[in-house]
Amino acid sequence: MTVEAARRGGEALGDSALRPDGVLKVTGEFAYSSDLWADDMVWGVTLRSPHPRARITGIDVSEALAVPGVHAVLTHEDVPGEKFYGLEHHDQPVLAIDQVRYQGEPVALVAADHPETARRARDRIRVGYEVLEPLTDARRAALDPSYPKVHGDRSNVVRHQPIRVGDMAHARRVAEVVVRGEYEVGMQDQAFLGPESGLAVPAEDGGVDLFVATQWLHVDQEQIAPCLGLPTGRVRLTLAGVGGAFGAREDLSMQIHACLLALRTGRPVKIVYGREESFFGHVHRHPARLRYEHGATRDGRLVYVDAEIVLDGGAYASSTSAVVGNAASLGVGPYEVPNVRLDAYGVYTNNPPCGAMRGFGAVQACFAYESQMDKVAEACGLDPVEVRIRNAVAEGSRLATGQVIDMPAPLAAMLEDARAFPAPPPTGTADVRDLPGGVSNTTHGEGVRRGVGYAVGIKNICYSEGFDDHSTARVRLETVGGEPAALVHTAAAEVGQGLVTLQAQIARTELGVRQVTVAPADTGVGSAGSSSASRQSYMTGGAVRAACEAVRERVIELAEERLGRSLPGASLHDGRVVAADGLAVASLAEVLAGRAVEETREFRHRRTTALDPLTGQGDSHVQFAFCVHRAVVDVDVELGLVKVVELAAVQDVGRILNPLALEGQIHGGSAQGLGLALMEEIQVRDGVVRNPSFTDYLIPTILDMPPMRTRILENADPHAPYGLRGAGEPPTLSSTPAIVAAVRDATGRPLTRIPVRPEHISCG
Amino acid sequence: MDASIRLRVDGQWRTLDVDTRTTLLDALRERLGVTSPKKGCDHGQCGSCTVLLDGRRAVTCLALAVAHDGAEIVTAEGLADGEDLHPVQRAFLEQDGLQCGYCTPGQVCSAVGMLEEVKAGWPSQVTEDLAGPPELDDEEIRERMSGNLCRCGAYPNIVAAIRQGAR
Repeated sequence: MTVEAARRGGEALGDSALRPDGVLKVTGEFAYSSDLWADDMVWGVTLRSPHPRARITGIDVSEALAVPGVHAVLTHEDVPGEKFYGLEHHDQPVLAIDQVRYQGEPVALVAADHPETARRARDRIRVGYEVLEPLTDARRAALDPSYPKVHGDRSNVVRHQPIRVGDMAHARRVAEVVVRGEYEVGMQDQAFLGPESGLAVPAEDGGVDLFVATQWLHVDQEQIAPCLGLPTGRVRLTLAGVGGAFGAREDLSMQIHACLLALRTGRPVKIVYGREESFFGHVHRHPARLRYEHGATRDGRLVYVDAEIVLDGGAYASSTSAVVGNAASLGVGPYEVPNVRLDAYGVYTNNPPCGAMRGFGAVQACFAYESQMDKVAEACGLDPVEVRIRNAVAEGSRLATGQVIDMPAPLAAMLEDARAFPAPPPTGTADVRDLPGGVSNTTHGEGVRRGVGYAVGIKNICYSEGFDDHSTARVRLETVGGEPAALVHTAAAEVGQGLVTLQAQIARTELGVRQVTVAPADTGVGSAGSSSASRQSYMTGGAVRAACEAVRERVIELAEERLGRSLPGASLHDGRVVAADGLAVASLAEVLAGRAVEETREFRHRRTTALDPLTGQGDSHVQFAFCVHRAVVDVDVELGLVKVVELAAVQDVGRILNPLALEGQIHGGSAQGLGLALMEEIQVRDGVVRNPSFTDYLIPTILDMPPMRTRILENADPHAPYGLRGAGEPPTLSSTPAIVAAVRDATGRPLTRIPVRPEHISCG
Repeated sequence: MDASIRLRVDGQWRTLDVDTRTTLLDALRERLGVTSPKKGCDHGQCGSCTVLLDGRRAVTCLALAVAHDGAEIVTAEGLADGEDLHPVQRAFLEQDGLQCGYCTPGQVCSAVGMLEEVKAGWPSQVTEDLAGPPELDDEEIRERMSGNLCRCGAYPNIVAAIRQGAR
């Protein structure tokens, strides 16, 4: 769509509407949290622990306080309210109290008139540490009760979720083919480009206004206020521009710290993390060790899955419980498996804390179960696509949790579609620049092999396991300058996914008006829930639609009063009230007559239930989404270099609401999966991060990202608003195992660990 | 040590005293309030702070402000004339070559600078014919834009946007 067409308002649901914040984003005028400024503000910095595990023997801030320009130095003693916070368990101290449990844990804060002054003062804080041996063995933390505890007397197991279905003893007797594998997933970082930052401004009522980049304003507010010792209403949050999120902004980072400093100094306080600090400032994707055994019949039908998944949650729980729930409930993949014994564990260690990242527990399991499916295919002499089709779930299938898929799940057809994509042409070896590694390739291409791999994934959409998941929208319709105009207000976080675009598209469509403004997200309206779990189109989209419907009903009532007759089946279209026979009966301007109609609605999805703690049975999920990837790679088997030649994806999204934005989500999810497959890992040794920079933590560049083909299906989910299906996460699941499968196809190597490194290819 | 320097930023001459250790990026963002260039890494690894420095693209986090006394700096904000966008910006918007948008001002400046380099006949690593003017195919675009990271992975649409912007 062109800018002109967009300005004419041709941006209803289903159009490739342009981003309303796009003009400011392409010029750089859009204010990200790190761009905020207040005239009399001071800068906050954080002193962090250099040790992954140590007892604190003393903190002396006197030298730091003496630095000219320093306004405040705070430790845990200065936290006026609750000393702990957390998303699911309040186990994380605002500032370390008597011990530190991970490298980078915040210990003290400084506010000063210049960031350099603040940093210099920070270096003068004296902290006494009695260094202890870090507890970093996640498997022992999960299974060995004698392993020392990370949190005093509390168990190291944050959650253990078993799944038990069928009769395993019988299954083992009848299985004709058994394949086993042990897999490892490295720690991936979300690596958003806009580091953690925000501005806290003390308010006259003794409260504080916080402008911050986050994924969920209200859950931040609920955690911040008790720590400040303030009622929730005195801590007001407004969303500042968000420079990417991908799960890393679900937990608090600098929020409480900036508010504490602002309340102490009486000045606005800005905190901006640098890139290195950002690696310590947010949770990461759980690294995982996964042990799988699949039993099948000789014709490739799965008989059982026996699996153990250990997810390293690091020092604090964050969202580990929910991640374990996903890994367990989706742990056998989108396949019909009559017998399952699966145990998923999330544990405490002294490694960096882990929590939400795009794909959320489903990513780790997907790498393992898809690797296993290729092994089953090989053992049965079947094509990898064929073995998946033979076991694929469909509408009506029962998952390992007992939940029946009550929405379209055309996985077999999607796999056929993926297989039917034309093959990219072979790469010539005549030009060194076409080889894996490009001009860094020192060979003549004699070791280059082509490989093709497939993978599928299953992801839950929205919050699961009985969580009261809801979103709120306020919609106001009035006349501005003679034209009807709608204002949409939610607390939903635009993180780049295009949510403000979609909210406006929904209001335009439902209210038949061109002029729609989406108000800045803040806590002045009810919670929208998090921009995570691919849930905002469903949830906030659903809330905006519900509020628009309520406004529409009232407008039609006003039209009925005005016209003195009832208008059954009337709708709003192109600024007019249109009767059921299609005739316009009044303009909105006439009907509104200077009044505003405003309605607020809360939207909830259908109820889910908890998983049984012993058997893992329960209707725990709202919706399932699927993506299939085909990856084509060239691998230099001698040098261990990989070039992804093409990625192709088939995804069912229920209904396409914005084709352009949707393609972007599939590209982006696939790119992050590519990163996990081939390059991205936070290297942790004995609890210490070895590579907190973009020199050593590599994310895909535009050269690493191959051309993509996409095929998008629209099989509506009857339970969802507009029939839509969340779209952001599924591509992140399947692109990783598809690429690794393609590299295995090219090399014959087992490749049980991701990211795959050159030495895994060239040295086995 | 402080030094007094003059910079022409988006068409306006600005004079400021800077500590000689101040990067051009910090001088722009923190001293002059020009926040269009973003700080993504501060180490020249991500490209978010790219501007046109005396007509050529440069990462401002790796430049010392004092070394560019008298320089002409154009940020993404200066490429547009209010609502009237530069063709490359318009193409980024229309092709959805952005998601969160944090890298975008840098991408846009880098693309504009890169198109000038192509116009001037500069070959890249992947240029086929070193004698003739380079032909801006997708491979050339990707090669020449590889210094600008986009974590949202909007790369396919960035390629499409630059293709459109080059027309």
